[in-house]
Amino acid sequence: MYTQSLSIPDAEAKGPKKVENAEYLAEFNAKIDAGGFIEPKDWMPEAYRKTLVRQISQHAHSEIVGMLPEGNWITRAPSLKRKAILLAKVQDEGGHGLYLYAAAETLGVSRDELYEALLDGRAKYSSIFNYPTLNWADIGVIGWLVDGAAIMNQIPLCKCSYGPYARAMIRVCKEESFHQRQGYDLLLAMMRGTTEQREMVQDAVNRWWWPSIMMFGPHDRDSVHTESTRWGIKRISNDELRQKFVDATVKQAEVLGVTLPDPDLKWNEARGHYDFGAIDWDEFWNVVGGHGQCNVERIAARRKAWEDGAWVREAALEHARKRAARDKQAA
Amino acid sequence: MERKEWPLWEVFIRSRNGLDHKHCGSVHAPDAKLALQTARDVYTRRMEGVSIWVVKASDIVASDPDAKPELFDPAEDKIYRHPTFYQLPEEVNHM
Repeated sequence: MYTQSLSIPDAEAKGPKKVENAEYLAEFNAKIDAGGFIEPKDWMPEAYRKTLVRQISQHAHSEIVGMLPEGNWITRAPSLKRKAILLAKVQDEGGHGLYLYAAAETLGVSRDELYEALLDGRAKYSSIFNYPTLNWADIGVIGWLVDGAAIMNQIPLCKCSYGPYARAMIRVCKEESFHQRQGYDLLLAMMRGTTEQREMVQDAVNRWWWPSIMMFGPHDRDSVHTESTRWGIKRISNDELRQKFVDATVKQAEVLGVTLPDPDLKWNEARGHYDFGAIDWDEFWNVVGGHGQCNVERIAARRKAWEDGAWVREAALEHARKRAARDKQAA
Repeated sequence: MERKEWPLWEVFIRSRNGLDHKHCGSVHAPDAKLALQTARDVYTRRMEGVSIWVVKASDIVASDPDAKPELFDPAEDKIYRHPTFYQLPEEVNHM
């Protein structure tokens, strides 16, 4: 889900030895095969380290950029209760980004390097956040479908082979469940409201359904990251996760009273799963490639936050330095 | 723009009295006070702590994972340190 990238932030590895060594590699592979964990100062193949830096940092970028479409509606929440809930959710997303940056940094990259890669486009974030939030129903649908898809992906990551990433995921999963429930709860309230509110919900579902199932990435046959599987980072395939998500969501849609916008969606008795229609991969690649509705706006917002905050970062460091010097003099 | 990075701090939290402080992650902060506040904001949004320790990552001294054999080997063959080494009569085996 977070591995769409054409290049990786290139950083000098600090910590794990860079030396490639057949004996170390055999030991490393045996640890992975036995279902063990790799920790920050353990020896690891350079390719393992690089792919984790890419995936974990892009996951972190997704959390931070993901604050923007929902942040858009905080000032316009329909009630104090919904405003407080949305604030808590967006705050959580910020926290998740921080857990993940912390995990990525254990691999020998700095926060500044990762952030620069996001701002200049070398690093990606989940393509779903390039869609706009047009009204309050979108907030509910994001919680239900987008967080729902994220949960599907994040649960197996709790057992990924890299210790800090797995532990960050356990924290994230504990907090993520409320995200999906509050979204569904919001939609239930609207569906029990006026005709206009019900139509808003259906319209939001029509716009967010296909982008949500695209979140799981290309079909397995078109996927390139086989080392992720060999090294215990990716434990379940894109298509398998996508199928689990569709199967779980159909019932939820029925209870809500909305129609999922796919005429080919139907139960397949022989497979024991729901069949669903063809995904428009042109749209997916178009959005990943920078031509979605909000790509430019999202990065501009992140760049503005980074640049406008520079004086705060510098002032805080200078203040700390001055206070330390003063304390030393007084001692 | 010249980059000035905030130092890294590791965070340890005691979730309730009776338990140890446990490592839960890291934060960047310019000084100790902000490190504590940030650790509280990031790691205790759901009341997960009664006590927070923050330690500058550069102050942590760690054992070398490659030296695992030399460092820990001597402990491995002292099986008489384990209760199961001792066979006792059934009637007193609950010791």
